[in-house]
Amino acid sequence: MIINSRFFNRSELMGFIVLAAVLFVILPLTLDVFRLNLVAKYLTYAFVALGLVLCWGYGGILSLGQGVFFGLGGYCMAMFLKLEASSVENTKIQSTPGIPDFMDWNQITSLPLFWQPFHSLTFTILAIILVPGLFALIIGTAMFKRRVGGTYFAIITQAVAAILTILIVGQQGYTGGINGMTDLRTLKGWDIRPDHAKVILYFVEVVLLFACIGIAQFIRLTKLGRILVAMREQEDRVRFSGYSVANFKIFAFCMAAVFAAIGGAMFALNVGFMSPSFVGIVPSIEMVIYTAVGGRMSIFGAIWGAILVNFAKTSLSESFPQLWLFGLGALFIAVVLAFPNGLSGLWADYVQPRIDRLFASRKSKADWKDNSVADGAPAE
Amino acid sequence: MFGDYSLGDLGSIFVMQGFAGLILFSVYVLMALGLAIIFGQMGVINMAHGEFMILGAYVTWMTSSLFQTYLPSLFSGYFFLAMILAFVASGALGMLVEWVLIRHLYKRPLDTLLATWGLSLMLQQAYRSVFGAREVGVELPQWMLGSLHVTDSIEVPINGVFVMCLTVLITIAVAYVMYKSRWGRQVRAVVQNRIMAGAVGINTEKVDRYTFGLGCGIAGVAGSAFTMIGSTGPTSGQLYIVDTFLVVVFGGAASLLGTIASAFSISQTQSTLEFFLSGSMAKVLTLLAVVGILMLRPQGLFALKVRK
Repeated sequence: MIINSRFFNRSELMGFIVLAAVLFVILPLTLDVFRLNLVAKYLTYAFVALGLVLCWGYGGILSLGQGVFFGLGGYCMAMFLKLEASSVENTKIQSTPGIPDFMDWNQITSLPLFWQPFHSLTFTILAIILVPGLFALIIGTAMFKRRVGGTYFAIITQAVAAILTILIVGQQGYTGGINGMTDLRTLKGWDIRPDHAKVILYFVEVVLLFACIGIAQFIRLTKLGRILVAMREQEDRVRFSGYSVANFKIFAFCMAAVFAAIGGAMFALNVGFMSPSFVGIVPSIEMVIYTAVGGRMSIFGAIWGAILVNFAKTSLSESFPQLWLFGLGALFIAVVLAFPNGLSGLWADYVQPRIDRLFASRKSKADWKDNSVADGAPAE
Repeated sequence: MFGDYSLGDLGSIFVMQGFAGLILFSVYVLMALGLAIIFGQMGVINMAHGEFMILGAYVTWMTSSLFQTYLPSLFSGYFFLAMILAFVASGALGMLVEWVLIRHLYKRPLDTLLATWGLSLMLQQAYRSVFGAREVGVELPQWMLGSLHVTDSIEVPINGVFVMCLTVLITIAVAYVMYKSRWGRQVRAVVQNRIMAGAVGINTEKVDRYTFGLGCGIAGVAGSAFTMIGSTGPTSGQLYIVDTFLVVVFGGAASLLGTIASAFSISQTQSTLEFFLSGSMAKVLTLLAVVGILMLRPQGLFALKVRK
């Protein structure tokens, strides 16, 4: 019961301190605003990865549709920002002033009904959480109540990602089509484009990320987290013990969706646009791979995975565009074949024991062993 | 919606769209047959299936270029050789992939998804490096051009008819191999109970490798047929992969008949809707319908009743 006694065990506390130090102190002090904004972009994927740790790592539900929720969150935010950027003064050269520019191009003369509530920031923030949450609830209920899981669930979520992408691209007048929503300017009159705004948004995002880490860690440590793991390992036994397996799965899936949506909303704020290229199948699978590379069983590992893979993607695809796809493909295969628990698994297997040996005199070895058995990854 | 057309026009529209749907159906069936073997029988989620298809398409393209340059007199028959080469090339690559990658992952189906996705990225980049990023099109021999005029308002392209005949032949061949031949029985035995099949003397590793190779080889043939109706680029395979998986899942993963039935209904729905709505909305509605039906009937249209 050691995992339940403290909020973080010793190695997790170390991971927490390192991540907090890097994100709050080291990166803001060492990077210029452009690079810091890039990190903010990578961190939006960390939200998704965090959700996937809960739903895939702990719950055993592989969703290939996280891009859908990332996109729903992002589009909700972008719709609010777009409306604010399309005030009557800003758009007076259009044939119908006061509506977003892409609607004007597509001969739509009045704001569609479902856009109207996005004038309100409160509604938008609620929508960022509720729209993806409800969507996940519907998909999850339909699937898990009928005991669809595993590969079939993965394929259906993938189809949902495909459907949403085609819909967004096809309905250009309402969604901005393939270009997405660009030219987002202000949030409640506060310009989000200059450097100091980018820095503030970065810190807002990091605080949000730590709040989400707190929630995820809380879920993981309570009985709920243990039921999730039990379900992943022996679903039937959990069911026979009287638990409603479907409800727990739906909960994990909805949490993952909400985390992804928060990431998407922060993406729209930080990057200043939203487009269908962050919704479809390819980005959704890439989100899974960030999690797999970092470690599907580790909250901090997945966040590092999101940051490192995206960093590698940006730097490698700039200088060696050909090598990047080979490298990414090889990374997928290596993660699956050689280190299924990702970087955090490598850390726990090779680095952690050495560190522990160094400090062996301060802490008894038995205590550490207990910890590692309690929250170590299962042998698959 | 129907008011602008006369009854005769509507009839022709349905026949023409139905025929366009049949061509789409042929492509779906060819792609889904290979996947039905790999995913339905073996349980491997092969996200690189589209790339095996593209390999077949590139092989066909190279064969046709070779014939054009060195054997112009035999050009009209290049396709038959190209198809065999496509089957061999894709099948051989499939067996290699099975040996290097897949055989380590039989107990972890979701991980095959990630690994084969990685493989598909590498193959895409390989195609881009070797063949260039531009799409390539195959020049069709003379006898495949043109169309048959059935009535005044109905005409069907010959290459479409050819692809359909090809599909029928390949489907019959696959059904024969899987259900009548000794080897097909071994495959099904291994799928149903690996340990028992091994105990009665079936070399299960070998069966796995050849089954995977067969599935990939059929994908290669599909790619070869595909060159006759569209052009090929490094990322074309990815466009079809979700559709193909949906076809297989919708039909009931382990059933060849189900695969064909679901390919038929999906392609017909899509091509009929396409005439009245925009292409993208037709696709959205079709996929939505499929996903909706799958939620009601998760085991697919034709589910085999087996004990798990």
